[in-house]
Amino acid sequence: MTLPIFPPGQDPGPNFHEVLRRLGLTPFGGSDPGTGAAGNRAMAGVPGAPGAGGLGTPRSHDDTAPFLVRHGTTICAVRYSEGVLMAGDRRATAGSAIAHRTMEKVHPADTHSGVAIAGAAGPALEMVRIFQLQLEHYEKVEGQALSLEGKANQLSQMVRANLPMAMQGFVVVPLFAGYDLRRAKGRIFTYDPTGGRYEETDYHADGSGGRDARTTIKLGFRENMSRSDGVELCVRALWQAADEDSATGGPDAVRGIYPTVATITARGFERVPESEVAEAFDRVIANLSAAEFAAPPSGPTDARAGASTTPTPGPVPGLHSGSNASTSTGQGRPPGDQGAAPPSGLGSLQKGFWP
Amino acid sequence: MTMPFYVAPEQFMKDKADFARKNIGRGRPLVATVYADGVLICAENSSRLLHKVSEIYDRIAFAGVGRYNEFDQLRRSGVQHADIKGYQFSREDVDARSLANLYAQYMGNVFTHEVKPLEVEILVAEVGARPGEDEMFHILYDGTVVDEQRVSALGGEAEAITGRLAAAYQPGWTLADALAASVRALAGSDRQLSPNELEVAVLDRSNGRRAFRRILEAEVSELLAAERRAREEAAQGEEVIVEPVVEQEPGPGTEAPGSDTTGGEEPPSPA
Repeated sequence: MTLPIFPPGQDPGPNFHEVLRRLGLTPFGGSDPGTGAAGNRAMAGVPGAPGAGGLGTPRSHDDTAPFLVRHGTTICAVRYSEGVLMAGDRRATAGSAIAHRTMEKVHPADTHSGVAIAGAAGPALEMVRIFQLQLEHYEKVEGQALSLEGKANQLSQMVRANLPMAMQGFVVVPLFAGYDLRRAKGRIFTYDPTGGRYEETDYHADGSGGRDARTTIKLGFRENMSRSDGVELCVRALWQAADEDSATGGPDAVRGIYPTVATITARGFERVPESEVAEAFDRVIANLSAAEFAAPPSGPTDARAGASTTPTPGPVPGLHSGSNASTSTGQGRPPGDQGAAPPSGLGSLQKGFWP
Repeated sequence: MTMPFYVAPEQFMKDKADFARKNIGRGRPLVATVYADGVLICAENSSRLLHKVSEIYDRIAFAGVGRYNEFDQLRRSGVQHADIKGYQFSREDVDARSLANLYAQYMGNVFTHEVKPLEVEILVAEVGARPGEDEMFHILYDGTVVDEQRVSALGGEAEAITGRLAAAYQPGWTLADALAASVRALAGSDRQLSPNELEVAVLDRSNGRRAFRRILEAEVSELLAAERRAREEAAQGEEVIVEPVVEQEPGPGTEAPGSDTTGGEEPPSPA
């Protein structure tokens, strides 16, 4: 490597993306798939996985595709009294298979902002990396950080740079949120695959389970929520998304994997401790209305009339195939075993399923 | 037909070196020293906005004296190089030594091939994971690299300043002690430097991923005042107490050379 000295008039300034381009390292799609950037490995061909995120018509599974791409799914951001909360599940899928159980989708972008990602995991993680570097690079070269709006615009340009890849199905839809130090409030920005940037007033959710999460947040949102209420609302949204969307992961009490939740306030980006997320899940599940889980479609309903405390194995398979909470309750457990006392951490989960 | 005058290479190089040295010597100096938690860089700089000391990467800082536009370009190139290297490989692979070598190559190249050499002297410092692993590279206008262990001075009267600071140096001293000694070394015996004439920054290994931190004017005043108080108390202690001489020797104010890491007054408050 040599020292990158640019003659006057050709200096790329504080733009790291431009520095990379000048040196022949094109991070996104662009002209040459073979150069350097790790995220470009999955370039050739048409992906088979369903398009996640903002695409209106998700592609169906295509058996002729040369490979499956990993996808990340539900992410959300909610404004609360101190700033913004961001949350995302941990599942990555490749087609119908679970590709990764502990993927991080909520990342700090710099000290006072965070970025969450939905869509093709490879390009998305690459975009996050470049974005983080870009913000830090600007800060170091210029001696001061970008404004929050400037950061949001930078991300917009990166999403647009990814458009050629998005056209091939590698859609990346980030969600950007941060604490605006100049205005002293939390702000949320959403994107579409073409780089369109939209500011949301209170909340947003994206990804394949985004619709369900958004509905849940819409019903539960209040102005100036406390931190614990906000965490609980995010967690409930993710629970509902996981309940409806197979590509979204729920809490996994067996492995101790919980969604990522982070707060961005005047103090900066802070991860909410996993124990706190687990507790919020316990509260959410304890409060789920019985109606949500009680009514099985046929047969065993009659038997239930007499003995409401007896667990009913009838609806279990159907329920579990859709809900990801099954990792902790259903799978690997014989049907007859359901009456047994659950392990301590799962108490509330069990309560939710067998009221 | 005109013939170019013959100039002996020795003379040619000497002229260039004199030119660079003269202009660098006119600039205000800067010192760097290792202390308990990392590296302290203290520059004489009355501008609050045009920095001589800045961050290159997680554990690497840059300082320059001389012509501002020239060392600022070097700084930007350093940031670009470090960010690209960290992106292509890993953050851990970005180190001060290779950056210093690149700077040296570039500056040496300019010195030999260009009409005008760079009128700058720069310092590349890296904080190590433990005390004793800190690195400082002092690079001269002609590409000479010097690996400094304890103290380094750049700019005008560098030798005299290095001498003063090296005499005061104690292994593992606190930030307040190191800063006060640096300021005294910069000022010399015949003048006083006030905090608003100083630009101070540290690479602090306890500062998380990005070790670089600017110490602003208010904190500089605080640190200097704390050090002065400690020194006065120590001096009083020596005067007043006559009986328990042995017990008092490593008194409350005088930093015992051994008690480095956690001891001392004024832990640097987070910015």
